Amino acid sequence: MCLGIPGKVIGIDGMEATVDFFGVRRQVRLDVVDEPVAIGDYVLNHVGFAIRRIPESEVAETLKLFEELAAAGDDQDLLAADLRAELAVTQESKK
Amino acid sequence: MSAGPSGAAELRFRDPGRARELTAAIARLVQSLSLGRAPVTLMHVCGTHEQAIARFGLRASLPPALRVIMGPGCPVCVTDLCEVDEGVALALQGVRIATYGDMLKLPGSSKSLADAQAEGARVDVVYSATQAVELARASEEPVVFFASGFETTAVATAAILLAKPPTNFSVLSAHKYVPPAMEAVARLPEARVEGFLAAGHAAVITGYGLFEDFARRHRTPVVVAGFEPLDILAALVKLLEMIRDREFGAANAYPRCVTRQGNRRAQESLWRVFQAVDGPWRGIGVIPDGNLQLREEWAALDARRRFSINVSGLTQLARSELSRRCLCGKIMVGLAEPTDCPLFGRECLPESPVGACMVSSEGTCKIWYQYGGRPDLGGMP
Repeated sequence: MCLGIPGKVIGIDGMEATVDFFGVRRQVRLDVVDEPVAIGDYVLNHVGFAIRRIPESEVAETLKLFEELAAAGDDQDLLAADLRAELAVTQESKK
Repeated sequence: MSAGPSGAAELRFRDPGRARELTAAIARLVQSLSLGRAPVTLMHVCGTHEQAIARFGLRASLPPALRVIMGPGCPVCVTDLCEVDEGVALALQGVRIATYGDMLKLPGSSKSLADAQAEGARVDVVYSATQAVELARASEEPVVFFASGFETTAVATAAILLAKPPTNFSVLSAHKYVPPAMEAVARLPEARVEGFLAAGHAAVITGYGLFEDFARRHRTPVVVAGFEPLDILAALVKLLEMIRDREFGAANAYPRCVTRQGNRRAQESLWRVFQAVDGPWRGIGVIPDGNLQLREEWAALDARRRFSINVSGLTQLARSELSRRCLCGKIMVGLAEPTDCPLFGRECLPESPVGACMVSSEGTCKIWYQYGGRPDLGGMP
């Protein structure tokens, strides 16, 4: 649950952003992130809320672990399972 | 040891050369520190760190004179029996409950939410606080969000309360605040923790500056670490260097996500909605300022004030003989390892957990059951 997950902002509507997480689009709340977020930025998502805008210079480094975990298809893998749970966070919240 | 199919054997460092450098540095530092004395003990307080350490088999590359142990880093595991009892009692009283998935099988004094569900109570699993609010919006009846998690997750609960949820929505908070639990462990003489790895994403919110005062008072350095195996090894090197240099401060080994101040906006939301109060942590005892309770201004949205919750029928039943043998309490403060528990992997399994540490994917026992905790891989890849 504490892993969070980075994704790319592709749309913003008020306090909600549409974010692309490794090809999967989800809605994420912008209530708590402490910097202005723009389309094209990467944010770190935790239980459906963006908690940090990732500085551009750090994006590539941040994505590495998550790309590997997203590719891990094994249901027994707890880290990959937590990542999938994070991905599921906003699944039903799209209006 | 029953490691699952994705056991620790899959050591995959993206940069094996860098991993070798870091483990060699760890070995040198530990050797210089541990001459003629007990092993160096470092504690992390995050289930996700334990997942990464176990998944990548990091302990196999650490010297025997270094112990890296997990402290109270699993929010579901430290949710107290009496808090589960409150959720179960409300559910059995006919109130609809929404909660995070890991909470479902968590044992209370005599029943879990899954047991209540089997008896006909309505318990919905949600992945986010937002989904719990949507359940309330779609219905006329009361919906209680039974909310667990450390400060990073409590921020999400605070945000939905600040965003004016419908009047049939309320929160039963089992949220916990990690820094006071680190205080409690630092005061346990038998734990002998010489340095702490702080959890990266909790520190995204609080900032690493929060740990400076703690480190000075306990003469115990704190390093904030990320979740990549190389991040963790680099943080261990930094922590050992600080111990060697008697530098009792806080350092940031996860600068790509963590700053000294943290996320001020999130902190403001958190403390507008919650206050830290003394409260029980399962297996550990009362942690001063360890629980996050809704402030008086939010009484109308506080399930504890809104409903009369009667737990008496649940707590009178005696604990089972099995649960009395469970070592979760000692495991959560780093005084025992899962393999020390006579129930681990025998009577206590992920599908039929006896203790809280086998329930959550962030619990030490479940992680060790899945990956193995202390693999013997014969050294580095």
